[in-house]
Amino acid sequence: MGGYSLSDLWSILVMQGFSGLSLFSVLLLMALGLAIIFGQMGVINMAHGEFMTIGAYTIYVLSKVATAYFPALVPYYFIFAIAASFFVAFGVGYVVEFLLIRHLYRRPLDTLLATWGLSLIMQQAFRSVFGAREVSATLPSWLMGAWKATDTIDIPLNGLFVLLISALVTGAVMLFLYRSNWGLHVRATTQNRIMAGSVGINTKKVDRITFAVGCGIAGIAGATFTTIASTGPTSGSLYIVDTFLVVVFGGAASLLGTVASAFSIAQVQSVLTFFMTNAMGKVTTLLAIIVILMLRPEGLFAARVRK
Amino acid sequence: MQTFYSKFLGGKSGAIELLILCALIFLLLPASLDIFRLNLVGKYLTYAFAAVSLVMVWGYGGVLSLGQGVFFGLGGYCMAMFLKLEASDPVSTVHQTTPGIPDFMDWNQVTHLPFFWVPFHSLTFALVAVFVVPAAFAYLIGVTMFKRRVGGVYFSIITQAIAAILTILVVGQQGWTGGINGITDLKTMHGWNINTNSAKYILYYVNGALLIATIMLCRYVLSSKLGRLLLAMRDREDRVRFSGYDVANFKIFVFCLGAAISAIGGAMFTLQVGFMSPSFIGIVPSIEMVIFAAIGGRMSLVGAVYGTLLVNYGKTAFSESFPSLWLLLMGALFIGVVMFFPNGLAGLYSTYIKDRIGRLGAMAGRKPANQQV
Repeated sequence: MGGYSLSDLWSILVMQGFSGLSLFSVLLLMALGLAIIFGQMGVINMAHGEFMTIGAYTIYVLSKVATAYFPALVPYYFIFAIAASFFVAFGVGYVVEFLLIRHLYRRPLDTLLATWGLSLIMQQAFRSVFGAREVSATLPSWLMGAWKATDTIDIPLNGLFVLLISALVTGAVMLFLYRSNWGLHVRATTQNRIMAGSVGINTKKVDRITFAVGCGIAGIAGATFTTIASTGPTSGSLYIVDTFLVVVFGGAASLLGTVASAFSIAQVQSVLTFFMTNAMGKVTTLLAIIVILMLRPEGLFAARVRK
Repeated sequence: MQTFYSKFLGGKSGAIELLILCALIFLLLPASLDIFRLNLVGKYLTYAFAAVSLVMVWGYGGVLSLGQGVFFGLGGYCMAMFLKLEASDPVSTVHQTTPGIPDFMDWNQVTHLPFFWVPFHSLTFALVAVFVVPAAFAYLIGVTMFKRRVGGVYFSIITQAIAAILTILVVGQQGWTGGINGITDLKTMHGWNINTNSAKYILYYVNGALLIATIMLCRYVLSSKLGRLLLAMRDREDRVRFSGYDVANFKIFVFCLGAAISAIGGAMFTLQVGFMSPSFIGIVPSIEMVIFAAIGGRMSLVGAVYGTLLVNYGKTAFSESFPSLWLLLMGALFIGVVMFFPNGLAGLYSTYIKDRIGRLGAMAGRKPANQQV
């Protein structure tokens, strides 16, 4: 700690804390979709990262279209592009559920293997369409730059934007699952499929929409991801292990747990990476998660389920 | 003799399966391939150890480990450390700042051998470590997980995270592990040059023999009471537990056994290929090993070997001519196998071909194998 004055340390803490918040936002957005697909439905979707990449490429394509044909719209396109990335990922998820996932609901470990195959195919598709090199979208100018809070503290605007989006999406998912009629059907179906079917819920349709919504949220995660980093065919696979750990650590069936675990993991990792090397910070964080998971296998916020 | 026949070889059909595999590995392949291709097959056969271990852990033990590459790598690194120390004797490393330590340490300003490298001067220690280090690591993971009843999906995800951690560690600690390049430039084993053609032939046969021996050992384990308990456990874990068995201990045992088997593969890989690097221990190679086992058939030890050979042959053949097509094909193959043939090639064989062979026998006027009453 030597060499830093108290005010320096404070600035470091705030800035690392904020970069932790950005990481938290991305992790949370990734994990929300997975919390629905894995936590609620029990499907181990290894292609989740690729759905995120779909969202990121959607933004890239739309930014190309906007700059080439509608230069006047460039400052505004981003908001619509985020919605578009949700719907593109939603659509692909819908098709994937119909072709692949619905045959595997009774074999959760097999969904892991099949979706791994799917992720290989999707990565190759990205590579064939967009090339192996990383691309980045043209961002509207209001996303660039930083907000100078004090002389020593800079808060990047794109980080704030990502934070905002993830707060909105989290709120929407909470409403969707716990306040809407549809969410009631989803929870009924996942808890007892036969009973849900016998009271007149169309469980097949519920499954399909739920899976697609989870994929769509991954798409939004990818869209916001483009404001922070560039996109390549394998971008998604970098995050998949972290995302699964977030969901498992928080307690698979609990959305509140997902939020809490994404927050703690992101903050710990961001602070540790400042004081250690990048790799060691990450290793320490992952190890800590595993140790805690060994003590509490059900995760931080285990849902009380009658077994 | 009778017990050997039924326990190690798995009875008549098991013995025939093994015989065919032996003929393929020891006669057909060496006769038809040049040393370059044969060395390649030898490399594939080292992955087969990992696939066989997954048949034990996943097929029979019922827990899907996505960290089998970790054990493969630990075995491989134990071997590579010994070979590297032998390759970096003070005479051949005299131009370094610190002679007598591996070259990559010298490049990374490490001036003395790290403590955990020191015992690897001894071949005996290295050979023991190949089994003990991965098995001990597996024991540690197994005890902490299975005793707390972490299983199924959670176990898979945690083993995957462990694979990620180990890769980051190995890549990050460049001065101690060789980093992303791994441990390269391995030359001799106790003065025996492993890069000559004759050494490659010998290593290939040793590898094949070890693989056959491993399969026989697994057959023995499965034919024992333990094997039947494993099957019972996989299907109805609660009932086995209620019968008074400590389920966790069996899982720990099979997980450690799998780790040791996987590690043999890693050590043989290092010997035959001449280097070891983090690209063989991470998440992707670990999942590929699961693919080999799944395509061969998760319940068939011999099937896992064929699965490994077939997938790797396909990978090499396709990636030479259509590199981009290969990933698509592998993905599609994998989805297809999971959806339509959950028991892989071995399942295909036992549901379609075995029956036909029986019927052919009946048509030829012989007594049919299993007469339906």
